[in-house]
Amino acid sequence: MTSQRCIVLGIESTAHTFGCGIALDDGRILANENSIYIPKEGGIHPREASRHHSAVAHKIIVLALKKAGIKIDDISAVAFSQGPGLGPCLRAGATIARAIALMLKKPYIPVNHCVAHIEIGRLISKCYDPLVIYVSGGNTIISAFDAGRYRIFGETLDIAYGNCIDVFSRNLNFPHPKPNDLHPLDRISIEGGKFIELPYIVKGQDISYSGLLTAALKKIQEGFHWRDVAYSFYVTASAMLIEVAERALALTGKKEVLLTGGNARSRLLQSMLRSVCEERKTKFYVVPPEYAGDNGAMIAWTGILAYKHGITIPIEKSTIKPKWRLDEVDIPWRQ
Amino acid sequence: METINSEKLLGIGAEAHLYIIKWFNVEAIKKVRVPKKYRDLKLDLSIRTSRTVREAKLLTAARSIGVPTPVVYYVNIDDFTIIMEYVKGQRLKELFPSLSGSAQKEICLKIGELIALLHENGIVHGDLTTSNMILHESGHIFLIDFGLGEFTYDIEARGVDLHLMMRALESTHYNIAKECFKHIIEGYCNISGESIGKSVLLKVSEIRSRGRYIRRRVIKHQQL
Repeated sequence: MTSQRCIVLGIESTAHTFGCGIALDDGRILANENSIYIPKEGGIHPREASRHHSAVAHKIIVLALKKAGIKIDDISAVAFSQGPGLGPCLRAGATIARAIALMLKKPYIPVNHCVAHIEIGRLISKCYDPLVIYVSGGNTIISAFDAGRYRIFGETLDIAYGNCIDVFSRNLNFPHPKPNDLHPLDRISIEGGKFIELPYIVKGQDISYSGLLTAALKKIQEGFHWRDVAYSFYVTASAMLIEVAERALALTGKKEVLLTGGNARSRLLQSMLRSVCEERKTKFYVVPPEYAGDNGAMIAWTGILAYKHGITIPIEKSTIKPKWRLDEVDIPWRQ
Repeated sequence: METINSEKLLGIGAEAHLYIIKWFNVEAIKKVRVPKKYRDLKLDLSIRTSRTVREAKLLTAARSIGVPTPVVYYVNIDDFTIIMEYVKGQRLKELFPSLSGSAQKEICLKIGELIALLHENGIVHGDLTTSNMILHESGHIFLIDFGLGEFTYDIEARGVDLHLMMRALESTHYNIAKECFKHIIEGYCNISGESIGKSVLLKVSEIRSRGRYIRRRVIKHQQL
């Protein structure tokens, strides 16, 4: 490894994933090691998740360095996910990242988690200026770059798409999905079902999922067959998202669409978006599964972009930002 | 239909195709809500039917209370089509950036008044963006695209309407968004009165606070 090469180590810890990624300034990802906290029951408990992060951090970082074939002093800077996310989880990751930066006396780079999902998607799927559909357990955002920032053209007014899907799945006692398995809802959507009308809530460019979730769970209590409810719930939730995405596509006139975030793995979302893109003669890109969910590589790569544009933060000012919005972040590496 | 002898595609929107046609020798717009392959067939039919019906009703209702909208000539629910007046003018989306500050202010005041007029009469537009507003040659601002609207006096729905207006300004006209929204509210209060204006505005901040990652402190302070 030549010394003038810029290598950034990135730490991700916004929610259930603790990740360590190592990226090189030519766009190569040298390592992407992640550990996901899976609750025994229910959703993510922030304190339990943060304990998981502290417990696995050492192992994951050592593994990442080994995979990358570098020593820890080879890195040029440390990047960390400053927000948005769950406070205790962000704090756990930030504490570890700070310690490494202080120990090595290396620059410290703040990275916005949402920006990182977009940048890793652009890097890996090789698109340039896409309309971004970013869907995960914590975020549902439709965004496009304009005048120095990722502007938001649509988002959920309440809970996230992934959150809505997860809560519904848990209520039906679906097992926690493994990263490479077909989601039970995807299997049902492929097999088809009887459509039951559920609240379809599109407000301008925004969507709302909480009403749909409540109504779907109520239908099951009322005795409708769970398969039909699951089918209708999944196609309705997804159609709402695709509709606002198409609206944003018509509005912005972008020629590329990028699906990113944990729910980019959804076969249904992929096939729906592909259909819209074919009709509108737009290129469709989807982030590969290993970079879809939260991961360390995306923080490392965005850290490189930021570092090359002089973005660093003094440790004493590096407080986490649990409510840091995507459209508050300046993006100097794009014109 | 014999009265239609030529059709010219004007534009492809997110959910509909727009054609310029001759309707009894007058230039008119034909708006056709097209099927979406990605949607379940039943869901697709239900959405296209309800939005076509709603749009036609709301366009007419809005016009009757003095909010400029295209005249509805003909509705065919079976093929999800509305034929309406061709409003000649410029969309505010393209026009806005080229205007002077005072002209922008004047237009925003007017927009606010129109929104208030709708709300006072139990109509919410549902998709207020500068793409859905046309400055007519006569100087009137026309509102179009009522497919997501509804008949309601609900304060929450009014709040969402204004919230959407603000969001549209923030994403499309980010440099002048704050200023514009202030004038829109000013125009809104001119019609609705200070007290209703305030309660709707409070609702807007509450709706905003439900969004992901919005700082809540400011809102709490306002409610105290």
